[in-house]
Amino acid sequence: MLKSTAAALVLATILPASAFAECVEVTQGNITVSAAWSRATIGTERPAVFYVTIRNDGGSDERLVGIETPVADMPMLHESVMENGAARMSHVDQIVIAPIDAVSLEPGGYHGMLMDLQTELVEGTTFPVTLLFEKSGPVTIDTAVLPLRAREAACEEAL
Amino acid sequence: MLKNIRIALWVAVAVALVGVGALLWHADRQEQAAAFKPEFSLPDEAGTIYTAADFRGKHVLVFFGFTNCPDICPTTMAEVAQVMDDLGPEAAEVQPVFISVDPVRDRESGLGEYLEAFHPSILGLAGDEAATQAAVGSFKVFGERHEDASAPGGYTMSHSSSLYLLGPRGDWLRQFEYGTPADDITADLKERL
Repeated sequence: MLKSTAAALVLATILPASAFAECVEVTQGNITVSAAWSRATIGTERPAVFYVTIRNDGGSDERLVGIETPVADMPMLHESVMENGAARMSHVDQIVIAPIDAVSLEPGGYHGMLMDLQTELVEGTTFPVTLLFEKSGPVTIDTAVLPLRAREAACEEAL
Repeated sequence: MLKNIRIALWVAVAVALVGVGALLWHADRQEQAAAFKPEFSLPDEAGTIYTAADFRGKHVLVFFGFTNCPDICPTTMAEVAQVMDDLGPEAAEVQPVFISVDPVRDRESGLGEYLEAFHPSILGLAGDEAATQAAVGSFKVFGERHEDASAPGGYTMSHSSSLYLLGPRGDWLRQFEYGTPADDITADLKERL
């Protein structure tokens, strides 16, 4: 009894800490990519989503011009736009990250839309996404598949 | 002196009449506001038809969406799921309803299974074109198809993105705009329940 209580206490201390561990972070040149996450899918019928934070430590604009991933044949950059209380998605050609600034692809704004899904995204797994930058080139990051109900990254992003 | 009193009394009568008029007008306006009862009559996946009247006695949280939407719709359903968890026992007095604005595709891809993954309490309704447009029109909201070669199936939907709250008598209470945190919705509901 005492042992299991002690074990539970240890778990109670470790679990929240690990759930909010620092995000996986990939730096290439002036660009740092972090907090890449997606939501679990049911099958492959519906498009999945890709969220990430991009920091530009350089002295000039950087542009995200596309994304690639083995889990989807048609990944695209999208933006949810609100007009008079109605939501619409539109395709974006590029996302500009100003110097010494960060841009988040996050719920309700910019996001990657992963269409023609090749595999179900299973909670607790990861999959690679390559971000294509105009100057810094391709940067690949492991993307965490969170529960369908997730509302934000499960880690502290490097803003 | 008497004349002054007479004038003062007539002034009082005029003020009272204006006051009563204002009260009546106000009451009428309130009645009109209370009379706005959005309606819908739509089937769930099993074919059972649900109308707004089926949920009398409960607060109803209505969202218009489609399941091929990867951003706004799952984010809002995640908020609703959080609200239902946070309401605890009072969740029994709230019915979340997801009305599909893309009913054919949503029926094919399994609306019930999708919503259940967020929260088992969320009821998914997907009717035919006419019944869907009737519901959209009754709520005075918006749901429209857009051809878009870059979207799955060649089209996407623009749709009103708020959550709409109906009271226990089916009367319109308020909307929660997209992005309203679950905590704020829960607090609002708890005050009403």
